[in-house]
Amino acid sequence: MRYRSRGYTVFTFSNTIFLSLLSLVCVLPLLHVLALSFSSRAAATANIVNFWPIGFTTDAYVKTLGNEMFLRSLWIGLERTALGTAISMAVVTMAAYSLSKTAHRFPGRQIYIWVFVFTMLFSGGLIPSYVLISKLHLIDQIWALVLPSAVSVWNMILMLNFFRTIPQDLEEAAYIDGAGHLRVLWSVYLPVSMPSIATLSLFTMVFHWNSWFDGMIYMTKPEGYPLATYLHSMIVSDNLSRVGVTLESIENFSNRTVKSAQIFIGALPILLVYPFLQKYFVKGIVLGSVKS
Amino acid sequence: MAAYWRKTWPFHVLLLPALALVVLFQYVPLFGAVIAFQDYEPWLGIQNSPWVGLAHFRYLFTYPDGKQIIWNTLIISAFKLTVNLGIPIVFALLLNEVRKTAFKRIVQTLVYLPHFLSWVILGGILIDILSTEGGIVNRLLNSFGLPSVFFLGDGQWFRFTVVVSDVWKEFGFSAIVFLATLVGINPALYEAAEIDGASRWQQVLSISVPLMMPIVIVVATLSLGRILDAGFDQILNLYNPLVYSHGDIIDTFVYREGLNNGQFSFGTAVGLFKSAIGFVLIVISYRMAYKLANYRIF
Repeated sequence: MRYRSRGYTVFTFSNTIFLSLLSLVCVLPLLHVLALSFSSRAAATANIVNFWPIGFTTDAYVKTLGNEMFLRSLWIGLERTALGTAISMAVVTMAAYSLSKTAHRFPGRQIYIWVFVFTMLFSGGLIPSYVLISKLHLIDQIWALVLPSAVSVWNMILMLNFFRTIPQDLEEAAYIDGAGHLRVLWSVYLPVSMPSIATLSLFTMVFHWNSWFDGMIYMTKPEGYPLATYLHSMIVSDNLSRVGVTLESIENFSNRTVKSAQIFIGALPILLVYPFLQKYFVKGIVLGSVKS
Repeated sequence: MAAYWRKTWPFHVLLLPALALVVLFQYVPLFGAVIAFQDYEPWLGIQNSPWVGLAHFRYLFTYPDGKQIIWNTLIISAFKLTVNLGIPIVFALLLNEVRKTAFKRIVQTLVYLPHFLSWVILGGILIDILSTEGGIVNRLLNSFGLPSVFFLGDGQWFRFTVVVSDVWKEFGFSAIVFLATLVGINPALYEAAEIDGASRWQQVLSISVPLMMPIVIVVATLSLGRILDAGFDQILNLYNPLVYSHGDIIDTFVYREGLNNGQFSFGTAVGLFKSAIGFVLIVISYRMAYKLANYRIF
């Protein structure tokens, strides 16, 4: 296709400028915070930092990484992400295998589907869930952060749609060799679905890393906060007493450069997995829209 | 029956963990929601707490802030819905005109990024850059001779900030489905139009836009079904008592009144009210999406 009209050239030019600006707007706030985190306190207080550090120093990072509360939350954040993703993927994969069978081979499939899908449409709400978690004595336990969200129905649907694209012959051959369903799931389905499983795992990891609200309501002590919850109470609600900060240490926590460093460290894992995410998510969404 | 189990037991076994988790963490709270019809006290439990019928639901509507909260939810949601539909469509159309693949890639990489960052991170960033005490946005406004804006402290501006920051976070990611549709359009259609002498603008208007309509309808109806979700995560990370009057939505209200102030029953009632209406809306929206555009999720 060739577009040679003068009008189209003008359009292409302004379109390129506009899209470039739009893209910049999406990352400049993050760059600003990064620049702040590497700037001297004096420069930050004087409001002269834009997108490049002024008075370069790693002081804010040294302070942040020397902060025991921060490190503990970082660890809990990583722990819940690893544990939560492992449990969720295991449960979802097993369920998706069964549900990927046709109603002919697995009568009763439809009932399960509705049991799961209904939870996407209607929920008891925040307070009954909270009451349940406290009745189960899961308050202050990491299980409260990983179990309630383990069954992601959306991931289950994506996964079962993918399982359905696996050629039947592969499976039949395994059955003829005398393999059971567990064996087929493990040795036939899993190896060929590694890309999908990797994608969904990444999404689940991002979900867990970003989750902060459950940490705030289910952890009564700041010692149990995952990083996202810690950051919320630190940066957003500025509720310093809640995270057990004493007066003499307050300036180490509350100044702008340290806050910026904490925000950036909180965003870092996402930035690290982002290239992998991006490679897959377009596929993932297309996969999800496959209708059957 | 025995034959049925002999044939299908492995399927049930594999489903068991998921089923158990869903029953425990989704269905049990569903029944737990009966406390909306009680004056629930934790030490009495569900069995012994007194029943009060619909008192809490009635209270919501006589409550001075009740109507305001529902209104806030609807207005914030309605604005988000419209802008979150319009901007991604225009963006997808513009990006689709870019011929240089490398540039397209870079733009996509940058605009999808905010979607993956949590509202905690973005809230922290926004509070800093929108601050009236030297935040970079107000510094920019001042350099143009404009007065500082109290983005997060003034009710009207707060709503504006909530809508704009939500669009900023999501427009790139929301555009993916539209882009996928545009990329999937058969090039022969454009070639034929070209031969007939249609300008690029005419091609967009009479080929791209009509072919995008079904997916636009699907996205629009599905988001209508979630109109009562005005952005709990986002607002909880951005608001403060100064803007409760304009920024408090149903979900944040349930959290504050129900959980923080310990009004378990009232909070549950408000949540249940929202859930019930939301359920009807979602079912209607899926039906509509199916009727209008033949869309099904599974």
